[in-house]
Amino acid sequence: MTITEKILAAHAGRDRVEPGELISVKVDMVLGNDITAPVAIDQFRKAGAKTVFDPEKIALVPDHFTPNKDIKSAEQCAKLREFAKEQSIRHYFEVGRMGIEHCLLPEQGLVRPGDVVIGADSHTCTYGALGAFATGVGSTDMAAAMILGEVWLKVPESMKFLYHGKLQRWVYGKDLILYTIGDIGVDGALYKAMEFCGESIENLSMDSRFTMANMAVEAGAKNGIVEPDKVTLEYVRGRVKGDYRVFRSDPDASYSAVYEYDAGKIEPQVAFPHLPDNVRPISEAGEVRIHQVVIGSCTNGRMEDLRAAAEVLRGRKVHSGVRLLVFPGTQQIYLEAMREGLLEIFVEAGGAVSTPTCGPCLGGHMGVLAEGERAIATTNRNFVGRMGHPKSEVYLSNAAVAAASAVTGRIASPEEL
Amino acid sequence: MTLAIKGKVWKFGDNVDTDVIIPARYLNTSDPIELAKHCMEDADPRFAAKVEKGDIIVGGRNFGCGSSREHAPIAIKAAGVSCVIAESFARIFFRNALNTGMPILESPEAARRIEAGDVVEVLVGEGLIRNLSRGEEYKAAPFPEFMQRIVDCGGLINYVRERIRNES
Repeated sequence: MTITEKILAAHAGRDRVEPGELISVKVDMVLGNDITAPVAIDQFRKAGAKTVFDPEKIALVPDHFTPNKDIKSAEQCAKLREFAKEQSIRHYFEVGRMGIEHCLLPEQGLVRPGDVVIGADSHTCTYGALGAFATGVGSTDMAAAMILGEVWLKVPESMKFLYHGKLQRWVYGKDLILYTIGDIGVDGALYKAMEFCGESIENLSMDSRFTMANMAVEAGAKNGIVEPDKVTLEYVRGRVKGDYRVFRSDPDASYSAVYEYDAGKIEPQVAFPHLPDNVRPISEAGEVRIHQVVIGSCTNGRMEDLRAAAEVLRGRKVHSGVRLLVFPGTQQIYLEAMREGLLEIFVEAGGAVSTPTCGPCLGGHMGVLAEGERAIATTNRNFVGRMGHPKSEVYLSNAAVAAASAVTGRIASPEEL
Repeated sequence: MTLAIKGKVWKFGDNVDTDVIIPARYLNTSDPIELAKHCMEDADPRFAAKVEKGDIIVGGRNFGCGSSREHAPIAIKAAGVSCVIAESFARIFFRNALNTGMPILESPEAARRIEAGDVVEVLVGEGLIRNLSRGEEYKAAPFPEFMQRIVDCGGLINYVRERIRNES
């Protein structure tokens, strides 16, 4: 069995499961945010439920339209807050103590290797980087899981992605996953598990692994996953409470497809509008003038990203025609970046630094684009209208490329500076 | 259970994403009537005003890709759309439609053959799609038994409510 099948079998109380089987599994954590949880709370009431199955296994994070962008958003957040209080849900994270959910939960030790996590947010797949099974669902699934403590799932077929070689300078997990999505397409892993392995992954930081698992959904996958190793166990030590189980794929596990990449040959990648699979290497990006740069999000709002951006921006200025917006992923990351002097570098360069929020990534607030404007962002989606006006454009890249582009005013490699 | 649906077709391409179905800028509410006003806005700004009750959306591959927002099937349903047919669905959209009782059918043949404006009749329970404009019939893949039970209950919440009742 693969690691995904083993985790699902263990949570279904079974010795084994087969791809395609419909099973009911126990969940270790259920997540919702200020957009999806209000709908889930309505469904919870509609089902006639009075109490959640386990208040310790629910996390509510108001992160999308926070700090409250308007009255309606404020009311959605109030609904979350009141529900958390009513149900004694401790893992409710208020503005000032919060973060972007998928940066926050691992940081707070709320996801362990071997766990099953569902979240009413498509990027819940991020936690696969810890060797957990994590997948995005809708609000009704979230409601049902809050009541029953379980979720129905189809056991996915697994696809194996092997990366060999040493990464070039300025190449990160973001580039590996963009390259992969460019190769297999936005539905290339539809309904499947993407298992990332090979020596390039073994040498990859935890932050870059989160980035890769985060974007598995951009290839249509149900989950992305990395087997726990030294790097993983080092990360969870001191964070997670209680026992956890480390699962690994059997040598004879079966995969619907195996892809092998010479990762040493992969350059920084840029996804052009309007799909994440419209990927080109930076050397073929051409002359693309930009108006806004967004560094942050659940994909790339971690320390590795901020350090890379600061390295590029140190002693440099943001181009006069560009607005640079930096969003540390959590309050903890904000504090760490402040202590390392990174925030000072961003501000000195002429950039704006914000409290953690998903705001601009989905065109919600804090950096919405006008008609005809172009942004390069370290986020995960570049769909039509994603960051604002339907006639605006979003290009996706890693943080170093985004920072270099902020300096030059056009999409650029850090090597050019 | 046989649910017969008949309506005029609105056709869209591959990878219709949830930001196009309901842009995030309108997600500060979950009121179905408000959401319906902006349904498919970034793909076809006239859609919400022109769609008629019972109309059918036909999409290509990976319909509903992107975010987990349940607001997407809610907006489509509240706009009056009776059914979505596609070559394939993104998995979260598929779950959300099933869980909220929005009829969906997966049929590559139907998705390719049906054109915008065709009048189509759908027998959801049988997975049968009749193109009345072209005199053609297409089959959709049937739901596995467990999923069909959720559909028969009228969505996941009704299914959960029954379980709560049986357990107490």
